[in-house]
Amino acid sequence: MISLVEVSHAFRGRAGAVEALAEVDLEIGEGEFVAVIGRSGCGKSTLLRLIAGLITPSSGRVRVDGVMVTRPRPDVAMLFQQPALLPWRSVRDNVLLPAEILRLPRPAYAERAQELIETVGLAGFEKRLPHELSGGMQQRAALCRALLHRPRVLLMDEPFSALDALTREELAGELQRIHMDLRPTTVFVTHSIQEAVLLADRVVVLSPRPGQVRKIVEIAIPRPRSFGHNAHLEEVTEHVAELHELLLT
Amino acid sequence: MRTPRVVAPFFGVVGTVAVWWLATALFHIRPLFLPAPPDIVSAFRRQPAYLLHEAWATVTETIIGFGIAAAAGLGVAVVLAASRTVERALLPLFVALNSVPKVSVAPLLVVWLGFGPRPKIFMVVLICFFPVVVATMAGLSSTPAELSDLVRSLSASWWQTYVKVRLPWALPQIFVGLKVAVSLAVVGAVVAEISNPNRGLGAVIVLSGTSFDTPLAFAAIVLLALISVVLFYLVASAERLLLPWARAITG
Ligand SMILES: Nc1ncnc2c1ncn2[C@@H]1O[C@H](COP(=O)(O)OP(=O)(O)O)[C@@H](O)[C@H]1O
Ligand SMILES: [Mg+2]
Repeated sequence: MISLVEVSHAFRGRAGAVEALAEVDLEIGEGEFVAVIGRSGCGKSTLLRLIAGLITPSSGRVRVDGVMVTRPRPDVAMLFQQPALLPWRSVRDNVLLPAEILRLPRPAYAERAQELIETVGLAGFEKRLPHELSGGMQQRAALCRALLHRPRVLLMDEPFSALDALTREELAGELQRIHMDLRPTTVFVTHSIQEAVLLADRVVVLSPRPGQVRKIVEIAIPRPRSFGHNAHLEEVTEHVAELHELLLT
Repeated sequence: MRTPRVVAPFFGVVGTVAVWWLATALFHIRPLFLPAPPDIVSAFRRQPAYLLHEAWATVTETIIGFGIAAAAGLGVAVVLAASRTVERALLPLFVALNSVPKVSVAPLLVVWLGFGPRPKIFMVVLICFFPVVVATMAGLSSTPAELSDLVRSLSASWWQTYVKVRLPWALPQIFVGLKVAVSLAVVGAVVAEISNPNRGLGAVIVLSGTSFDTPLAFAAIVLLALISVVLFYLVASAERLLLPWARAITG
């Protein structure tokens, strides 16, 4: 579904070029959930923005569904660290924004928006403005918006990192359910090893600048998974330890 | 304990008036230099119809001028912000024009526009126009990066981005410009009236100077202050009504 071949990216700045990614090769299958971890500044956001078509690589090829990415595609949705809701729109109208921009039939999508809003537990808050919601609720609304037009690829850039620990866990659980349900191909950037192990089929570890694929770790634990107690505690602990080691050295 | 929002300003005004009154009484200041509050009230009560009539002239000039400046300022800023090239071509000119002291062209306005209300309205427009343009352009270029990325990742057209994100995001800053403009508007009207005193409270002040009627001048000044405050609160209330979300993003 997503393929990166020898992708490098450098930002030209005043103090010369900053090499953000170097020679990244990555294949992500349809419906797969891939987590990307790495130290801050190692090019995780750059990787996502390349797949999203928000920037084009300095060299190498990025393909989504076999097509070279040169600009954003409507079937690739993005979720950012900030909820990025429009402050003057109600929750429902924020969720419906993609339908408006992509000129999709409103009645059908209004229904879908309602379903999504109920799925993430925002029922009763449809008419509220974003500033009347907590950070966690805002991010739930942003998740609904990202899912509204049934994107085939979901790109998430540290979507829960601005939230408190408990809300993070809750939202991670919800994301797992949604992924099992709708199966979008998902690339999930996080700096939480636990989150990566809970959610991902594979975890890509990037090395510090310039970002390179250091290792790809398979997480073969059956779903649904959960934080806390579970039958695969040993495997989880092992993976966490391994990823820890990879990040620190 | 919470007090209603009007209580503190109310006591501020009452206190100031009391101190002023006390000072004029204690130091035997003659009304010609500084009239006591009752002198001003009686100056108003001697000819209320005349003062209100002149005040109304000032109010209409101010409102018409402010309206024109707001509309023109918004229009110009929207066009300027739409294209980098146009912005670069015209912005330096606007900055240069804005640094001309507007008061200095008041006598010229009479030459160009005659003696009626038109030179006064034009002065108000001159003074109000630039704050609106500058604030609107600042607002239009302050769209947060994550919102631009969001609409770009949805392949929004330039027009969709403009109408659905940039313009609404600029509204709180546009109101900042409008509030600056409205508080300058009355100044513009009075300056023009003083340089060409046939109508309005500016004319009243000039007239009172020639007849040494200081309490009358103060009555006119108090009316001007009231007009300014009321107009400002009208704009501020419009903002609170139209943009209940604005406080959330301006912090
Ligand atoms: N627009 C940009 N201009 C210049 N340098 C940038 C830009 N965006 C990111 N960088 C640099 O590229 C590197 C990788 O950034 P990023 O992908 O945001 O890292 P991460 O998301 O892993 O923290 C960093 O060193 C950062 O300073
Ligand atoms: Mg980042």
